[in-house]
Amino acid sequence: MKIVVPVKRVVDYNIKPRVKADGSGVETAGVKMSMNPFDEIAVEEAIRLKEKGVATEVVVVSIGVQQAQDTLRTAMAMGADRAILVLSEESPEPLAVAKVLKAIVAKEEPGLVILGKQAIDDDMNATGQMLAGLLGWGQGTFAGKVEVADGSVRVSREIDGGTEDVSLTLPAIITADLRLNEPRYASLPNIMKARKKPLETLNAADLGVDMTPRLTIVSVAEPPQRQAGVKVGSVGELVEKLRNEAKVI
Amino acid sequence: MTALVLLDHEEGRIRQAALSAVTAATKLGDVHVLVAGADAVAQEAAKIAGVSKVLHAVDARYAHELAEPLAALIVSLAGGYDHIVAAAGAVGKNVLPRAAALLDVQPIPDVISIVEADTFVRPIYAGNALATVKSSDSKKVLTVRSSAFDAAAAEGGSASVEVVAPVESPEVSKFESVHLSESERPELESARVVVSGGRGLQSEEKFHILDPLADTLGAAIGASRAAVDSGFVPNDYQVGQTGKIVAPDLYLAFGISGAIQHLAGMKDSRVIVAVNKDPEAPIFQVADYGIVGDLFEIVPQLTEELK
Ligand SMILES: Cc1cc2nc3c(=O)[nH]c(=O)nc-3n(C[C@H](O)[C@H](O)[C@H](O)COP(=O)(O)OP(=O)(O)OC[C@H]3O[C@@H](n4cnc5c(N)ncnc54)[C@H](O)[C@@H]3O)c2cc1C
Ligand SMILES: Nc1ncnc2c1ncn2[C@@H]1O[C@H](COP(=O)(O)O)[C@@H](O)[C@H]1O
Repeated sequence: MKIVVPVKRVVDYNIKPRVKADGSGVETAGVKMSMNPFDEIAVEEAIRLKEKGVATEVVVVSIGVQQAQDTLRTAMAMGADRAILVLSEESPEPLAVAKVLKAIVAKEEPGLVILGKQAIDDDMNATGQMLAGLLGWGQGTFAGKVEVADGSVRVSREIDGGTEDVSLTLPAIITADLRLNEPRYASLPNIMKARKKPLETLNAADLGVDMTPRLTIVSVAEPPQRQAGVKVGSVGELVEKLRNEAKVI
Repeated sequence: MTALVLLDHEEGRIRQAALSAVTAATKLGDVHVLVAGADAVAQEAAKIAGVSKVLHAVDARYAHELAEPLAALIVSLAGGYDHIVAAAGAVGKNVLPRAAALLDVQPIPDVISIVEADTFVRPIYAGNALATVKSSDSKKVLTVRSSAFDAAAAEGGSASVEVVAPVESPEVSKFESVHLSESERPELESARVVVSGGRGLQSEEKFHILDPLADTLGAAIGASRAAVDSGFVPNDYQVGQTGKIVAPDLYLAFGISGAIQHLAGMKDSRVIVAVNKDPEAPIFQVADYGIVGDLFEIVPQLTEELK
């Protein structure tokens, strides 16, 4: 079974994002970019399934600008076998990404597609569900545990009140939550090896996908800033302030 | 214009967050709600103020709110609606994007403000920026944050209930089991007071030091990702960018450093209290009141003082 893992290049999670002065978006020029943390978890899960003998090949895909190949190389250094870069604008919408991925799935015929649950830049949490819809496949979103048995996959999902187990007929879609695994670091020799692994580049147009966004950004603004308050010296003083100043208790 | 709200429920009760989705929908027009499974919930739904019709899908395949059948059902009903809305919880986030894809629509998740029928504000980058987006799709599919809209009154309405026929969908998923964390406390997303603990609580056993305080305040208990990952509390306690978004009147953070991903989930609380032994902890930058000190001394003292 082949596994496809879509990986997105995003502003590194350690960087505090800055809104551009003209309100058109968030500054990405000259900012450290990394693989979306949830996608590292997705790549790790796919590699583990390969190590267990469940999967035979792990193919990573990114839709974005030329530099997204760095992200794909990182995924290959972790252990993915090959990569596909579909060139487009930076940060395409989930609907367009899902359509591109559907075309890739038609070519690659994987048994599983494992995505991140959410890209930490647009915070959409949508692409996996949309791809599952377009393909008519089952979806195991927010996965905390994945077990593949013959012909199906059992997924433990993180839901509002706890966890829920579902089983899905293969092929299926999984989106990785934080606790699915702890991704490995790529070792130096593997980083070197990854440079020689195959990376194919395509255009969205070659796949017949219209990437025109449906959402226009009217403006991007800083959220209202909270003022730091005061440090109090004792529990008594805190309780007094909560009662008489903030009036919340 | 009419909006259809997917009303999610848990253990036979409407989720509080779904009532906030109803409020958001009333800003868009007439409101119909869709209840999948659960007879009692459909009856309760008919009483929600502002709802004019309840669509009740009674077939067994809808009992567990699985995305595959539910998205197909929503698509079959979508013709009559301009907006399809759900709370931005586990059900809405699972089902609505799938339905949107089938409708060839780009969904708009986590709406915090409705500017116009086609223009919405949503946080991006863990809430470090607010994007105002205008949709060109003929239908709008959105999830809304319960922290940004008051809950609709659970009583006062008298909607008609209409049973909707099941529709075909690929039979590719099966519900196996559910494990809900047991708690007598209020729902985290709608609690007036939240007591939250982080890695500073050290262990599952020690985390219980927060229980008497939460009891005294009638509070829900939340946690940072580190506390959940370390196994102190179940996953559904996580507050943050990728956990629950809360905006209570009072949020008390104990042993939480204040990473941006955590702040994303609680910085809209009305009053924030932080207790941390590190005076430089970033949580103090958003706290109205802070105490620098050992939480294991402060929590029992605070509980005593409040009794
Ligand atoms: C993709 C992604 C998504 C994430 N999503 C979330 C999310 O949704 N929610 C979330 O919370 N995090 C999230 N995180 C993790 C986040 O970056 C932080 O790692 C996490 O919030 C840290 O938790 P903490 O504050 O409990 O732990 P730490 O950062 O380790 O802080 C512990 C604090 O406790 C204090 N302390 C220790 N002992 C005591 C004591 N006895 N008395 C008083 N204070 C004490 C310390 O001074 C310290 O400040 C995410 C990270 C990533 C990469
Ligand atoms: N441009 C992209 N290229 C590759 N994968 C993507 C892209 N956008 C989203 N994804 C995948 O979809 C997941 C969810 O993203 P989102 O729906 O944007 O929050 C991510 O974690 C990735 O696995």
